[in-house]
Formats: sequence, structure tokens, C-alpha cells
Amino acid sequence: MSNQEKGTPLILLENIYKIYEMGEEQVRANDGINLSIQKGEFVAIVGKSGSGKSTAMNIIGALDVPTSGRYLLNGIDVSGMKDDELAGIRNKMIGFIFQQYHLLPRLSVLENVELPLLYAGVSPAQRKERAMKALEKVGIADKWNNQPKQLSGGQQQRVSIARALVGNPSLILADEPTGALDSKTSREVLTFLQQIHEDGNTIVLITHDNSIALEAQRVVRLKDGKIIFDGPSEEYRKVQVNMQ
Amino acid sequence: MTILQSFQLAIKSILSNRMRSVLTMLGMIIGVGSVIIIMGMMNAVKSSMLSEFSDFGTDTLTVAYNPIGNRVVTEEDLYQIVEENKELFKGVSPTVESVKNLSYNGHKLNGETVRGVAENFLTINGAKVKDGRFLSYSDVYLRQPRCVIGTYVANELFPGENPVGKVMKIDGEDFTVIGVRAETAGSQKYLADDVVLIPYTKAARMETGFITSCVFAVKDVKDVNQGQTVIEDRLNELLGDKDAYYINNMASMLKMLDTIMGVLTGAIAGIAAISLLVAGIGIMNIMLVSVTERTKEIGIRKSLGARKKDIRGQFIMESGVVSGIGGTIGILFGVLVVYIIRLLAHIDAKPTLGAIIISFSVSVGVGMLFGYMPAKKAANLNPIDALRSE
Repeated sequence: MSNQEKGTPLILLENIYKIYEMGEEQVRANDGINLSIQKGEFVAIVGKSGSGKSTAMNIIGALDVPTSGRYLLNGIDVSGMKDDELAGIRNKMIGFIFQQYHLLPRLSVLENVELPLLYAGVSPAQRKERAMKALEKVGIADKWNNQPKQLSGGQQQRVSIARALVGNPSLILADEPTGALDSKTSREVLTFLQQIHEDGNTIVLITHDNSIALEAQRVVRLKDGKIIFDGPSEEYRKVQVNMQ
Repeated sequence: MTILQSFQLAIKSILSNRMRSVLTMLGMIIGVGSVIIIMGMMNAVKSSMLSEFSDFGTDTLTVAYNPIGNRVVTEEDLYQIVEENKELFKGVSPTVESVKNLSYNGHKLNGETVRGVAENFLTINGAKVKDGRFLSYSDVYLRQPRCVIGTYVANELFPGENPVGKVMKIDGEDFTVIGVRAETAGSQKYLADDVVLIPYTKAARMETGFITSCVFAVKDVKDVNQGQTVIEDRLNELLGDKDAYYINNMASMLKMLDTIMGVLTGAIAGIAAISLLVAGIGIMNIMLVSVTERTKEIGIRKSLGARKKDIRGQFIMESGVVSGIGGTIGILFGVLVVYIIRLLAHIDAKPTLGAIIISFSVSVGVGMLFGYMPAKKAANLNPIDALRSE
């Protein structure tokens, strides 16, 4: 917890349980998670498939609500919110970066980046201006009028990063952002994530890959829905072999 | 998202899936087109029927009667009715209807209406003579074999000739054409210009010898029903039997015809409107497929902050716009077909504004209504599942 500052944490998970009923059986995807992330941190949540990291990501990303427990984002209790309220939270506070980029194929690069602003009700002129700025930030402004399929995987991922940044969210949530990229492009994207972290953004990175997780400042390891490690990445580097 | 934005989005999505959009619209195009064509055709039928009926004049009362034993209605009785109610009636003409074969110089017309009338028939009928003159009192009195012909008969029997003064045959008997009546119904077969008028005295002689019908004309159309009452009273008195006569009141006939046509048009248009319903179901089908196909898009939009109403609005707008465009094409198609029919069949087919407005609004309404269910399905998708779908 070396990196924690004082004040309200950006993310505060208290006793989060997410339980799925599979016929007779109960699956505890998140089995009592307590986690606090401060503004400006770069945290990797790592775990194998089935560890509950995707469930945790859905809850942190306001895509889902926990079965029980409390989730405060920026001091706002999100855990009991209705669908449309969650949509508002996602729109204003969270920028998503997905493994498959998730760009809309029929829209241009610029229109894709404008989407969060569209749902936020920003005027067309402002939308365009802010989207262009975000594209410049990721160094792909010259492709603004292209279709996503005309771009390489790395370029598409940069567009999706621009889309995540455009609404100035409190949190950047990256779900296996390098999963579909070759190692060279992965390196680029990771460097880029570190760069936007240095700009002051809070980043939560979800991955199954220890080497990727080590790029973050702090690593949280999940197993069977529980946190089994939470500490600085240097520390994680030493113990990771025992965590497999 | 504003309405304008969802409209633009809908246009974009329709354009990016052209083949499917056109196929979806096809149902709407056919549905709206058929409503407009049917309404246009009914319009033609109605106007042709009206023109035929109004040839008799809405101010006329056609009376048919039969003698009961020795109780008869004479021509004097008829004239007396007019004489006693001068303020009501313009006049009366005994009529004798028959069907005859006509010929002139090798030209033949079979099964034509030959109507025996009095010299004042023209006034009663409100028609005019184009060439020559009409029957005179002496023609009627002396049972002269003279006739006035309608323009259809003139065109068919005397092509390129002036019929006035020529002698034609009616069932083998010589008649001199003394006049041609001015055109009233487009010189078409079966309509008012397809007629030969001869003195009723002559016509009666050629038939049974009895006069059993007549036509009264009232001075003011408003008095038609009052005139009918006067005639009924007198005929009751003369014949003593309500079933011995029949009075045909053109004004009320027209009214009835109008009602019947209205109901008929409504019924047929209703059947055509079923095709709009079917088109709506087609749209719903396609939209459901579209929602399934675009589950991922919906997931992405939701993850970026689209609320339910944004997604719902997007899909409702899309199906509304698809059917609106389909409806517009259907209107153009229907109007075009109506005018082609009008040109080819020479009938008074006209697209009605009412049909256009109704079918357009119904098509958009149906589109949005049937788009609602798929749109709701899209709006309620769980973003996590939607994102995960391929």
C-alpha cells in the first residue's frame, strides 16, 4: 500500500460478493473483495480465467452491480444503481479500453471517438474538437476520416484509447488491452498507458499475464474470487512464481 | 441523443445495409401503393357512375306504373299533376323505354336504348341539341318517325357524316334523324350519349301501345321529396294501390350510391391496409434480426454510456425511417400506376390526397409500432453479455 495517499479513494470496494446461481450450485465469482484505489494509481488486476477478475472488472466498470457489498466510485455509491444510472456513471467517469478494441465498424475513426460525448449530450462542434484533440494525443489524428477496418490492430487500439480519454473520465479501465496485439505493438500500447498514467490518469488494467501486470505500479492478484496478493509490482515480481 | 441525431444515425444504418433495407421497404411500398391504386380506381368507378346517374338529372323523378283493372294513368293525368303544382314542377314527359337494333348504310348497332319522350324532354333533362332540332309537339302528336340521336350513336352509325336529315333504321323501320344531342358523358358506350330519342307516341305504338312510365322534373332540387309526395298522393288516388307504381328519386338514389361507394371503398381500402400490417410485421422481423446481429454494437454503445432510451430511440427511429421511405416510394409508385391506368383505360382514376396522407402516416406509424418491440429488446440487453457476443 506504499502508493496510497490520504483522502477519499477513487475506488472503494467493501465486502464485494458476486454470486451466480447455476442450477443447484452457487458460484462465488467475487467472494468478499475489499480494495481501495487512490486517484492517480496504475493498478493491475491479475488472475487466471475463473479467478473472478472479469467479474471484478464489470463491477468496477459499472457494467454490473454486486450481489452484496458496497462500491464507492469517487465517493458515490454505485452498488445499488439502476441500468440508466450506471450508464451515466460509465459515460462520465469511466473510459474503457477493450481487448478487441470494440470500435463500431460503420462509423469513422472520429465518429467512434465522439460516441461517449454524443451520449453525454455535448454539442456537435465541441464533440468534433475534443475528439480531434484526443486523436492527436494518441498520434493518429491524420486517420480521423478512415474506417476502423482500414487501420492496423495497434492503430485501432490507439483509437479506442482516444475514445476512452475523450470524456476526461476519472478512471481508465483496460481489459486485456494487449491481448490481440503482437509483442512489439503490445509494448507500444503499454508504454502509452504508462504515459497517460504520468499525465495524471488513474488506470486499472485487467490481465491474465504476469509480465503485463508488472508494468503497473501495484498488482492485485485474484484467485477463486478472493484477493491473494495486493502490493507494489516490485514485490509481486519476487513472489509471482508462488502465485501460479 | 437528440431526434436529429437518431435520424442521422438511422439514415446511416439504412444506407450501410442497402439490400436489406430495400427488401424491408418492399412490403411497405406494395402496401401503400395498393391502397393508393385502389382508392384511385374507386374514385374512377364512382365518378363514372355519378356521371351516368346525373344524366337523368338529380331534379327528376322517374315514375313507372301499371294499370290496375280499369284504373289507369293517362297522359292527361300526368299533365294535370304538373298543371296543379306549377310552383313545384318544371314539367313531365311520358317515356317509353325499349331496346332496338339500329342500322344505317351498312353500319349496325345492336341492343341500343331507344327512348320515347315528349317534346319537352330536353328541358326536363337539361340537355341541349348540337345539330338540327329536337322533337316538336307535332312530331309527337302525329307519331312521326323522327329521332334525335346521342353523340355515341352519331359517331358509330354516321362516321364522318352529318347525321341530320339522314334516314336510319330502327328495327327495320325508317326514321329520319332530325337532331344530334350535345355530348354529356364523353360519347361512351352504355353511358348517356348511347341513346336514340323518338316521339313517345311512336314508341308506344312500336311496343305494347301503353305508356307506363314518365319523368317529372322539379324546379328546385330541394323540392324533389315534396314532388314525390305529390305524385304518390295522386297515383294512390288514381290506381288505389301503392304497389302499382314505383317512383325513382334520383337525388336519394345518388345519396345512397354515394354511401354504398363510401362503404365499398372503405372495405377495399381496409383489405389493402392489411398489407400494411403484414409489411409492419416484416419490419418487426427484420428489426429483430438486426438487433441480434448488432448485439455487439449495442453493448459497445451501452458501455460508452448509452441509456435505454438512447438505444430504444435509435431502433424505433430506424424502423420508422425505413417504413417512411418505403411509404414515400409506395406513394410515388401508386400515383404513377394510377395515372398510367388513367391514360390507358380512359377512366377518371385519380390519386386522392386522403389516401396519400392516410397511407403515409399509417406506414410510419406501423413501422414505429412494430419497431418498438425489437427496440425494447435491444434497450434491455445486458451490456456485459452484449459486449461478449460475436
